[in-house]
Amino acid sequence: MKKVYVCLALLAVVLVGCKGGGSTSKAIQIQGSDTMVNLAQAWAQEYMAQNSDADVRVDGGGSSVGIQSLIKGTTDIANASRQMKSEEVGDAKAKGFTPKETIVGYDGIVVAVNKNNSVEKLTIDQLADIFSGKTTNWKAVGGADGKIVLLSRESSSGTYEFFKEHVLNNGDSKGTVNFAASASLLNNSSQIVDQVAGNKNAVGYFGMGYSTPNIKEVSIAKDTNSPYIKPTVDTVKSKEYTISRSLQIYTHSDANGVIKKYIDFILGEKGQEIVEKSGFVPLN
Amino acid sequence: MDYKAVKEFVVEKAILVCGLVSIIGVILIFFFLLREGGSFFLKVPLSEFLTGKNWYPTSTPPQFGILPLLLGSLIVTGGAVLLAVPLGVCGAIFIAEVAKGSLKEFLKSGVELIQAIPSVVLGFLGAKVLGAYVMDWFGLDTGLTAFTASLLLAFMALPTIISVMEDAVTAVPHRYRESAIAMGATRWQTIYRVVLPAAASGMAAAIMLGIGRAIGETMVVAMASGNAAIIPKSIFDPVKTLTATIATEMGEATGTHALALFAIAIVLFAITLLVNVTADFLIHRKRVK
Repeated sequence: MKKVYVCLALLAVVLVGCKGGGSTSKAIQIQGSDTMVNLAQAWAQEYMAQNSDADVRVDGGGSSVGIQSLIKGTTDIANASRQMKSEEVGDAKAKGFTPKETIVGYDGIVVAVNKNNSVEKLTIDQLADIFSGKTTNWKAVGGADGKIVLLSRESSSGTYEFFKEHVLNNGDSKGTVNFAASASLLNNSSQIVDQVAGNKNAVGYFGMGYSTPNIKEVSIAKDTNSPYIKPTVDTVKSKEYTISRSLQIYTHSDANGVIKKYIDFILGEKGQEIVEKSGFVPLN
Repeated sequence: MDYKAVKEFVVEKAILVCGLVSIIGVILIFFFLLREGGSFFLKVPLSEFLTGKNWYPTSTPPQFGILPLLLGSLIVTGGAVLLAVPLGVCGAIFIAEVAKGSLKEFLKSGVELIQAIPSVVLGFLGAKVLGAYVMDWFGLDTGLTAFTASLLLAFMALPTIISVMEDAVTAVPHRYRESAIAMGATRWQTIYRVVLPAAASGMAAAIMLGIGRAIGETMVVAMASGNAAIIPKSIFDPVKTLTATIATEMGEATGTHALALFAIAIVLFAITLLVNVTADFLIHRKRVK
């Protein structure tokens, strides 16, 4: 019988402990874009180094996941590599808040092929045909004979949505062209980089922060009359590189206190320095 | 009522509740799956769901055909079973009938050790290392294929298959072997003609449990199978499985898409239930004999 009392006492201590821990912390929950997850980690580390009482928790999952979590109320800040859709804004309003967008940097989407692939440049139309499955052999776009192996992100990814809208559907958000079903949907950008580096017929896309020297970045042209451009800080800043986009975070419009302070940090000098160090393009 | 009787009563009821918790859990899970998934079928007919060839849950209009996912799960599991069963049968026979003393103990604990490897570790190895080898060995377009996932799943299903089979073989009464040897049978003839037939239903149950283990596995297939929702022409194509679909899409899914994932869960639940009931039936049949 004594054992039972001891167990109950322990259980009580554990339960009280949990409750106490939850109510005293002022953790900032951040979730969303996998493209931005390393960047967000770097921000969080620097912020926590500057503010010893701060507790910032960063999680990935994809832009859609972050936005859904913001709407459901399980995260304070949603990282998104795409803009919120009107339906998502509607869902947020139905939950009683207006989401506020803050642009925190810019990103060019790298289209990457293997180093041994002779293809150097592609137009948006060629890219659309490749990723929708119309073009299936590298020969058709000036490469060697070989079946194109498509690598994509998952549908929860903002990069996936952006690429689908701006490449496959030429900027039409209501467009109905889909990625080919044969495209492998990989968990994260690093996996795409790995696969492209090890497979001579693979092609994939990801945010420029993930680019490494062991893959080849393809030069992209808007159409056959336009110049072929590689994604760099300058070409993304000047919008010369056509598949460029803003990176943003979403919060409640009335967010204040620690969250406001955190956003100010991101937009400040140190925060923007981290954007550049992470391989993306800062605001100024 | 005296103190002892009260204590007896309380303890008895407490144990009863503990026993019921898991059953109630299963019933609740089934109820919620049916409720959520059921409303999906009001929007998309069951036949379209099961036989549709396109899984585009986030496009406009969305397409919810799970045939590629279902075939993906079946081909990955089928491949794993084909690889694991011969290995498992031979391994179990060796451990149960041939190996003696410390070798036997070493093998048994070795097999159990496989089970201790977290599936995410295997998936990671599969995607990073094994995939590249598979691509080279078979001259494939990509290393992330159903076969890669099957190899890993076979490895994961081995402990289940071997340990249950070994129990089945060991449970064959010793007098069967003695009789066979007294009749002049060799050791192999004894194993092949007497022990294995006597242990057959237990071994079949072991295979079914291995299948159950393989079809429900998520992490490994999500990482190594390539996740392309196509109808696979061979085991060397990338595939997307039912489990990986739920795991990778649940965070973003809303509305009909979320309900569709519940409907996939019902399909998975039905498959694993069928597999487990079959295994249970096979084990039970052995006991009746």
